[in-house]
Amino acid sequence: MSLHEGESNLEYLQRKLCAVYPDLCPLFSIEFADAVLMVPRSVLHRAAADLKEIGFERFGFVTAVDNGDDFELVYRLQSGEFGVGIFLKTEVPRCEAVIETLTDLWPAAGWPEREVYDLFGIEFRGHPDLRRILLPDDWVGYPLRKDYKDDSIIPRPDYI
Amino acid sequence: MPVEVESRRPVIDELGREVDELVVNIGPSHPSTHGVCRIIAHLDGEIVVKAEPVIGYLHRGIEKMAENRTYLQVVPLTDRLDYVGSMYANWAYCRAVERLADIRVPERAEYIRVIVCELQRIASHMMGVGASGADTGAATVFIYAFEVRERIVELFEMLCGARLTYNYVRPGGVSADLPDGWIERCREVVRWAPDRLRELDTLFFGNYIAAERMKGIGVLSDTDAIAWGATGPVARASGVLFDIRKNDPYSVYPRLDFRVPVGENGDCFDRGRIKLLEAIESCHIVEQALDQIQPGPVAAEGLPRLIRPRAGDAYDHIESARGSLGVYLVSDGSPRPYRMKVRSPAFCNLQLLGQLAPGHTVSDLVVILGSLDPVFGEVDR
Amino acid sequence: MTSLLWGVLFGLLSGTAIALAALFGVWWERKVSGRMQMRLGPQQSGPAGLLQTLADTIKLVLKEDVTPAAADPRIFRMAPLLVFTPVALSLLVVPFVTGWAPLDSGVGILLFLAVPSVSVLGVLLAGWSSANTYGTIGGLRGAAQMVSYEIPRTLSVLALVVVAGTMRPSAVMGAWRWWWLLLFAVGFVIYLISSIAEMNRGPFDLPEAESELVAGYFVDYTGIRWAIFMMAEYGGMLACSLFGAAMFLGGTNGFPGLLGGLVLLVKAIAIVTVIMWVKWSFPRFRQDQLMRLAWKVLTPMALVQLLVAGAVAVAWLR
Repeated sequence: MSLHEGESNLEYLQRKLCAVYPDLCPLFSIEFADAVLMVPRSVLHRAAADLKEIGFERFGFVTAVDNGDDFELVYRLQSGEFGVGIFLKTEVPRCEAVIETLTDLWPAAGWPEREVYDLFGIEFRGHPDLRRILLPDDWVGYPLRKDYKDDSIIPRPDYI
Repeated sequence: MPVEVESRRPVIDELGREVDELVVNIGPSHPSTHGVCRIIAHLDGEIVVKAEPVIGYLHRGIEKMAENRTYLQVVPLTDRLDYVGSMYANWAYCRAVERLADIRVPERAEYIRVIVCELQRIASHMMGVGASGADTGAATVFIYAFEVRERIVELFEMLCGARLTYNYVRPGGVSADLPDGWIERCREVVRWAPDRLRELDTLFFGNYIAAERMKGIGVLSDTDAIAWGATGPVARASGVLFDIRKNDPYSVYPRLDFRVPVGENGDCFDRGRIKLLEAIESCHIVEQALDQIQPGPVAAEGLPRLIRPRAGDAYDHIESARGSLGVYLVSDGSPRPYRMKVRSPAFCNLQLLGQLAPGHTVSDLVVILGSLDPVFGEVDR
Repeated sequence: MTSLLWGVLFGLLSGTAIALAALFGVWWERKVSGRMQMRLGPQQSGPAGLLQTLADTIKLVLKEDVTPAAADPRIFRMAPLLVFTPVALSLLVVPFVTGWAPLDSGVGILLFLAVPSVSVLGVLLAGWSSANTYGTIGGLRGAAQMVSYEIPRTLSVLALVVVAGTMRPSAVMGAWRWWWLLLFAVGFVIYLISSIAEMNRGPFDLPEAESELVAGYFVDYTGIRWAIFMMAEYGGMLACSLFGAAMFLGGTNGFPGLLGGLVLLVKAIAIVTVIMWVKWSFPRFRQDQLMRLAWKVLTPMALVQLLVAGAVAVAWLR
């Protein structure tokens, strides 16, 4: 399977994904010239493994966005073949912020997942060494959550 | 009165035998010229058994701070991420904002951005090579590398008034046009630099002692480089040909002709030498860009001070001196980012230290750390 | 009684000479390294920055004398002197004027080679008594290095002794011929490299590797105690350069009296400058590479030099 005439990298990616993994096809979309695969939490590891099979051999980053009721976990994977990256997104409820680790697929995920744990409090099940990385070990709280309270944070004045 | 010294307590290994292991804390404050990194090294005599980098000493919460500032006010924060390479740190962030808010950057601004980014790459690599020299004990190499860096930093001072944190590349373009005479000065510098760089190559990488110290140390295979997410000179030294300027071209790079040096052995020597060769290539890129640049506007027309992008997210990355530097922005339509995430190449490359160091001596540990070229502003954010 | 008084006088003079050597040596090093690195070195204090080292010494004397809590106080305080004193003693056997040395003994060369080996003990004790991992590692490295490099150094000087037929330094200097420069070229280079390694200088300064061990075996020494280590290093440099100039480069030959002494000094300063030049040009050797150099490269070369010297001696003496 190769790039057709006039087909963009993203369209080629969509075509290949739908051919090889048809059940992932409805979860795939192209938003603002970026490929996004939005999957439920239980399917995340399998979807990541499938993407790695199909050609996304590089791990870009993992991060989380605090959306109030839940955290949106965003993974970025990069492909040499397609020349593009893809967002792999999933949602994790706030009260039960646990997800499977991807370190068995990419050892590169080790420290990024530790960072998400450190700053958001999302637990990565199966991670070989899950502890705080940027903050001191005895820090209380998860700073990047929107409801993080700390006496040393000064509220922003109105004129800024 | 004798005090019990912690590090001399006997250690039990996994087979239950008592191992005479020395735990050395190469503490955050250390002359190895790389910033605040603490390495806890377990030594068996002189051989490193386990090396664990502990980071976070420079964590300032830049990502959290960015949520409270407007898109324009975040630019000085990005200066302080990779402070050795402010220009391209600014640029990565601005590309993400432009992608999110659909801003078209005029062509002259793109050329200026490429010129300053490549000059910054040379300056950053000079810091990396010089620090490698200082790590192995050749202090003179450090000074010679800094001579080249000094000329470039003088150019930047002429351009935007600052020597380290420039705040020059802004969303939509650059903050001000090139001053009179800057192009001539820049041309002089990039014509003079390659000879100096080749001399530095012979002086340091051609030296027998340096080759002995760095060849075969910290070897990273190409499969490991990809699996561990290494990018930039660290990955290219292992033979992985991945440079965003070529594989996923952006800005005006498709119009410029340059090669990307790739190493073979993936050891410290290759990582260092690749940086030097890349710096020489950057000189050629800058010359071509100076030839191709045309007069025109340097900032997007009619861009408001308070940028209100669409609600949604965007990610864009560039090839920085350390690897693939990217910024992920999430917006809710307001003038302040909802979430900013910086994908830092130095952070991802630093994980490799725990893999590369075991089996080498303490002297090699320091050399390996230097070859990974971390800048802790970027690692810790 | 008079010989005892003379001995004390010369000892004090030697100590003072070492201190002065350190004073000028540090200034000269800073100037030489500065010029190599496109900068000027000390300029402000005194004419051409000559008083800079004096200012640094005053600063060091005024510093707080700290002994680490876990250190053994007596050994900790004694170790620097154990490194310094042998160097001062070895300076006494150098023939400063034709036919005269402060200690012109019939085994002068043996004294010069053997006495500084006591410094090894000083280095080892300094590192160990600091009760600090960096210090321990530095001390062990230093001891191993210094002991290994004794061999090529001794062998290269032995080649000279074989040809000269005597161990009295002034007699060897008197017996010097111009073609010794060619005969002992290799030996001189081996002597120089080994001496640099003995003093833990230049490409062999792993025990005090600033970028790795933050000053290795003297990491816990402050103020004037650290200064004693530095004085030992610069004094050792001067002593080995004077000895090398006297033995290998002809010393005071051709110049009578004090003029000869001056010529010797000039030759010694040239060697000192070369040692400094080497330090600032090269990266440092790793421990195993350093040992390999001593045992597998320099010692065989020194043995070959000895063989050649022996052959020449037999041919010449006959």
